[in-house]
Amino acid sequence: MAKSASEPGGPTAEVRSNPASTGGYRLIGRRLPLVDAALKVTGRAEYTDDLKRPGLLVGRLLKSTQAHARIVEVEVSAARALPGVAAVLTGERFPTPFGVLPMTHDETALAVEKVRHYGEWVAAVAAQDEETCEEAFRRIRVRYEPLPVYDDPEAGQRPVAEKIHARALRDTNIQKEVFQHFGDVPRAFREAYAEVKVQGRFAGVNHGFTEPHCVLAEATPDGRLTVWSATQVPHYLHRALSEVLGLPLHRIRVIKPEVGGGFGGKSDPFPHEIACAALALETGRAVKLLLDREDVFYVNHGRHPTRNTVRLAANEAGEFTALDVEALLDGGAFSSFGVVTTYYNGVLALGPYRLPAFRYHGVRAYTNHPPSGAMRAHGGTNIRYSLEMAVDALAERLGRDPLALRLQNLLSANTQTVNEFRITSNGARDCLTAVRERSRWRERFRQLPFGEGIGVACGFYISGSNSPIHFTPRFPQCTVHLKVDMDGGVTIHCGAADIGQGSKTLLAQVVAEVLGIRMDRTRVAAVDSDTAPVDLGSYSSRVTFMMGNAAKRAAEELREILSRSAGEILGHPPEEMSFEDERIHREGSPEVGVDFLTAVHRAMEHRGALVASGSYESQPMGGTFKGAKAGTAPAYSFSAYVSHVKVDLETGFVDVKKVWAAFDCGRALNPLAVEGQIEGSIHMGLGQLLSESMDYRGARLMNPSLLEYKILAPQQMPEVECLLVGGEDPEGPFGAKEAGEGPLIPVLPSVGAAIHDALGIRFLDLPITPEKIFRALERSRRDGGAKKPPLPRETTES
Amino acid sequence: MTRSVSLRLRVNGVPLERSIPPNRILLDLLREDLNLTGTKRGCDLGTCGCCTVLLDGVPTLSCLTLAKLVEGTEVTTVEGLGEHGELTALQRAFVERGATQCGFCTPGFLMTATALLRDHPTVSRKEIQEALSGNLCRCTGYVKIIEAVEAASRSGASPSLP
Repeated sequence: MAKSASEPGGPTAEVRSNPASTGGYRLIGRRLPLVDAALKVTGRAEYTDDLKRPGLLVGRLLKSTQAHARIVEVEVSAARALPGVAAVLTGERFPTPFGVLPMTHDETALAVEKVRHYGEWVAAVAAQDEETCEEAFRRIRVRYEPLPVYDDPEAGQRPVAEKIHARALRDTNIQKEVFQHFGDVPRAFREAYAEVKVQGRFAGVNHGFTEPHCVLAEATPDGRLTVWSATQVPHYLHRALSEVLGLPLHRIRVIKPEVGGGFGGKSDPFPHEIACAALALETGRAVKLLLDREDVFYVNHGRHPTRNTVRLAANEAGEFTALDVEALLDGGAFSSFGVVTTYYNGVLALGPYRLPAFRYHGVRAYTNHPPSGAMRAHGGTNIRYSLEMAVDALAERLGRDPLALRLQNLLSANTQTVNEFRITSNGARDCLTAVRERSRWRERFRQLPFGEGIGVACGFYISGSNSPIHFTPRFPQCTVHLKVDMDGGVTIHCGAADIGQGSKTLLAQVVAEVLGIRMDRTRVAAVDSDTAPVDLGSYSSRVTFMMGNAAKRAAEELREILSRSAGEILGHPPEEMSFEDERIHREGSPEVGVDFLTAVHRAMEHRGALVASGSYESQPMGGTFKGAKAGTAPAYSFSAYVSHVKVDLETGFVDVKKVWAAFDCGRALNPLAVEGQIEGSIHMGLGQLLSESMDYRGARLMNPSLLEYKILAPQQMPEVECLLVGGEDPEGPFGAKEAGEGPLIPVLPSVGAAIHDALGIRFLDLPITPEKIFRALERSRRDGGAKKPPLPRETTES
Repeated sequence: MTRSVSLRLRVNGVPLERSIPPNRILLDLLREDLNLTGTKRGCDLGTCGCCTVLLDGVPTLSCLTLAKLVEGTEVTTVEGLGEHGELTALQRAFVERGATQCGFCTPGFLMTATALLRDHPTVSRKEIQEALSGNLCRCTGYVKIIEAVEAASRSGASPSLP
């Protein structure tokens, strides 16, 4: 292997940041390649589908051909009798419901009694090969009794003839309903100098990760079950397997190989994971189950199709006085993260602006669509689009520059929102001023030719959910174990799932920084529940903050032990020891020191094993009202983007020329990785804005393939200028906050605003396809022609 | 029931002769029969580019290619890039510039870009974008992938193929 690849901190690693910007750290703040990159560019990284086991069987799942129907009978005897078939299962075998949130368990491994969406799985087969599975499916007879099909969450709020789930509210299909009111919203609107109302409509979108879901499960004669799965949250899978299969946790081993992208779409425990494990138990063998792309779209758990209404009021000075939000979410067939999503679609509007009064009514209704769930920037994306459009409309109403109006209304650092979110570090102002300067906002806004425009938007996002989904037993949110071997290698055991975002690299970086060693002295043990302490998973942008703090504490504990050993050898007190360049020496006298390995061996003389542990648990926060914990976080990221677009007036095609992306993630621990998150987020956000859509005809998904579900190609990506403007967060590891999800949020409204600046038309129905733009231009031509909106009365000086 | 047909080809420079079912897909031959799992299965429909390999140097979607139809050709997979365990300039650029995140699409991008740089040692950004337009990446927004291909192009080291 080439040297540069195995030594990420080595001399060939590109270092653009200067030492001052890294705060005197050796590894923190440097542009470091990911520790697994060499394996990934050689095809040697192992994903679940790359694994093989002796006597491996192929597992397949039979899809429902009905959107909503009672299952009268599933006749499987002919399939069971087929030579080569090892097992056929139906829903009754393991009917215990599960789900990611403990209070809304409504999914099952295979459909029980009824099916709730096209493509839901009704039977599972394990056989010697794929052809035999297909033949077995042809021999399975499923008799359905069709039920009324519900494809509209609006209708789901009224009484229905057949509830999709018995647990839905009253006689409706409502899964969750949220009311919140802070301050006096009606009064604020009565007294408002100006108010605007925006109604947004958002198609559902899918995560579109390149690796389809895959699971391999093996039952062994020692009574254990091992499950390898492409999951973001090995710990929840572990729990779900135990609950549904009735096996104690210690007899189940969950291993997460490399994961080919998640974006929230691999964070629920999934039916296929449980079904595959059930097939393994049934056969006493190993079974691998790989979903095809169509199945990936049907199992979905993607961003909710959403309708929302945002009303925003301001006083004469331009200060926002109240925000009133209504949101209606199409939950699809199951609950998934829905309770959280329902809250987030309101409360994630409460930054980065000061909003003294806030009212929210959110409804999530079940439909017979594939289930919706969590997707990158979960719950914060659609409400942000409508809110930022409302801020722009309000600026227009007030004759104000929209960027200046935003600056005027920002929350400060170290404050509290009206719903009691604790805000600590806040770089929103730096973000806005950075994009204003870099984009030459004052020269361009409203001054580019017709068809060309520039727009601004802000965002904020949780840096780790403060309340864990499972609170019994009360584990820390993340624990990291370190084990040092006689060879001086530091093995890092952690349950956090690297799904490509680089959490393994971050672990190595943090531990090596604290211990003054090279990163290649560390080795991150991939997630294996037999050895890894609990981490609550790679979602809610919690890993950098929580895992980073846990790793730092574990390394500091180890540092204390090694300080004592080195101090003993050198005859100096441990508190005088300094760690750098793989040596432990007396502070200020590098010549009085021992090498790292000598100190390790000395420590082992006294202890045998050299182990250390660190954990992170966020402090209690949030109010005491119902739903007060939703959206509380130990820190928040802040952002402001400016986008520049050119619209083809003949075709309606939007060419996004450039995005200036200012992001406050505190101290960027690895700017190379942070840029990667921002650029990837911009790509994903632009997809939702311009082309991606789960298209339904009734309850039928019309485009379950990557050909018709349109993810942006390389030519459609704008130039991106990343501006990392954050200071240090007081509680983040080395001052860091999240950068995985927040960067998606502002791109949609900043481009939406740029299109408005270009054409004078505000598009509120996503995706904004060329056809919609073309038709809007046609309509406006009939009405005398679209034109640039007027320059604000306010000078753009702020 | 299933007939077998014979197949002769070279894979990453190594001659290979075996009998296969006539409907064997090249991607399955590589992943299942030869255990060359670096080539990835993302959609089975030719829509994502994860399964891209080189057939006599030409980027080809192995999920849409019948193995029997590549009789007599030279197949290059990601495992065939580089010599003696050294990374190619392109692979190094991918590592150093952060062009891989989850890594699932990476082998496909490397194969497409390897062919591009062999035929056009100096390429413009636009040419790179067009050449890579059949490969899907959901993590990077392509930015660092394109930068890596540009960097490898500038480094002038022509990609080595067996």
